[in-house]
Amino acid sequence: MSAPTSALAEQQPGVQEAEVRRRRRRVTPGSVVVAVLRYIALVISAVLFLLPFYLIVRNAISLDTDITAPGWTLFPKKIHWENVPELFTDPSVNILQGLLNSAIIAVLQTVGILLLCSMAGYGLARIPYRWATPIFYAILVTLMIPPAVTFIPSFIIVSQLRWVDTYQGIIVPVIFSGFTTFLFRQYFLNFPRSLEEAARVDGLGYFGAYWRVVVPNSGAFFAAIAVITFIASWNAFLWPLLIGQDSSMWTVQVALSTFLTAQTINLHELFLAAAVSILPLVLVFVFLQRYLVQGVAETGIKG
Amino acid sequence: MSAPTLMAPAADTTPPARQARGRIGGVTAAFWLFVGPFLVGLVIFVYLPIVWSVVLSFSRAQNTVTPGDWVGLQNYIDLLQPGPFLDSLITFTIFAALIVPLTFVLSLGLALLLNGVRVMRAFFRSVYFLPTACSYVVASLVWKLSIFNGVRFGLANTFLSWFGVDNIAWLATTSPPWYWLVIVTVRLWLQIGFYMILFLAGLQRISPELYEAAAVDGARHAWQTFRYITFPQLRATSVAVLLLLLINAYQAFDEFFNLLGNSSFARPPLVYLYYTAQFNQDFGHGTAGAVILALLIMVVTLAQGRILGFGKAE
Repeated sequence: MSAPTSALAEQQPGVQEAEVRRRRRRVTPGSVVVAVLRYIALVISAVLFLLPFYLIVRNAISLDTDITAPGWTLFPKKIHWENVPELFTDPSVNILQGLLNSAIIAVLQTVGILLLCSMAGYGLARIPYRWATPIFYAILVTLMIPPAVTFIPSFIIVSQLRWVDTYQGIIVPVIFSGFTTFLFRQYFLNFPRSLEEAARVDGLGYFGAYWRVVVPNSGAFFAAIAVITFIASWNAFLWPLLIGQDSSMWTVQVALSTFLTAQTINLHELFLAAAVSILPLVLVFVFLQRYLVQGVAETGIKG
Repeated sequence: MSAPTLMAPAADTTPPARQARGRIGGVTAAFWLFVGPFLVGLVIFVYLPIVWSVVLSFSRAQNTVTPGDWVGLQNYIDLLQPGPFLDSLITFTIFAALIVPLTFVLSLGLALLLNGVRVMRAFFRSVYFLPTACSYVVASLVWKLSIFNGVRFGLANTFLSWFGVDNIAWLATTSPPWYWLVIVTVRLWLQIGFYMILFLAGLQRISPELYEAAAVDGARHAWQTFRYITFPQLRATSVAVLLLLLINAYQAFDEFFNLLGNSSFARPPLVYLYYTAQFNQDFGHGTAGAVILALLIMVVTLAQGRILGFGKAE
């Protein structure tokens, strides 16, 4: 650490760089202390970040009397697996319907967004139509207002269509995302044009080139958008709360919120239902995190 | 082709050979095949609602969404009087003043910590990012019933009892306003990992040569490196993060709704509008409020567009 910089500067540039790199990696008592402190901070943070997940699991497999007992314990006295069949057979807690609704809505919304926004983005990026630019600006303008801010106007249209308490009422209005279309357009602008030209030579039109060449070569980007859309859709609350008013249309989030505010069910059932509701997304995280991290880092959109 | 810029029109770079085949009609048909379905939906579900609500906001619309009973600017005047709507904007301001700087500092701090280690880096990144998989509803449930439960089995109260502190009714008291601690920590837990990923991506774009040059120039302390290299290089990421944080705080609904319901002391704008439209069925004031909120956020977005380039995360 004490090597004078002037000595370094006199050496060859390549040697100097290597020397600096080596120097930065050199193990000294100071750097060991810094590393240990870093890991201590990382571990404490990790425990804090994992604690809420642990509390969900802990309470899900406990009895209510254990959860509310004086004297908080980290581990439950006994694991009550029988809570699981109890949750799924309790007629007052129709969590299966909520999970089914959430799955239908999240899957169809993701498919719809991938289909419509990607095609619109491709058309705007690649098809030389003379109104393309004004239409692109008309889409850009909508990005200034986040959809949540206009939930009352959107609700009015859905109620006029008599789509309240229907799947299409929850699914369809969310699909027309100007931001996702914008992201697809930016992506397709960077797509190698030579690949499409090869498809043209083979006699494919725009549609054929898109489906047979562009889409199959854009798997990672589609996957990133799909994962982010699926998570956002599964976790959405305000819009499904407004449109899915009847209990048969509740998504799992709306069902959990109703149980939470009404406090009509047991504590352990509530926590178990919460655990079940995050299970699909934890699986998505474990298997598709690569796409998710890439998507977030590239686009800044929130799952 | 050159790097795409946001404002670049979809330039016609079609090779002459194909135009010679006379496919101008084909271009029009293809464009509408690709963009038409999206555009129809955008008109019905984005443009039409906004136009409808602007019209409706000049009407008295109790239990109806049909304009007709014109009241001019009365709905707007009502909302801008001292009352629940202005209170909701104050609630948002307090919330933003807490959540924006806290998330910014903590997510940047975690990103820097993580960027400085090699072993188990991916593991820690996954752990901090994992809460993104959790919904606001589930997090609110854990915060309300487990961590910040107002009775003695709540985790926070148990912890405080070891130091002889009495139970605190976290969500039910306004003096002091402990509910802010609950509201802010739940969102911190949910979103720090997300912004940490953005900062990590920004950190990895900084050229290592800059740090080497700084070392050669005699930057010794971590703070000097951060102050003169890292932070300036993160400027674009920082501006984007601040804007995203602000816009997301503006749309806060889920945790306020689930933790505090319709309590008069902390009702952000969307919660106020939800109760106005959904429970009071007052769509005149509801749409007027939505128009005001949309205008406010447009001002912010346009202002940042001057600095950063519209809609771009980087």
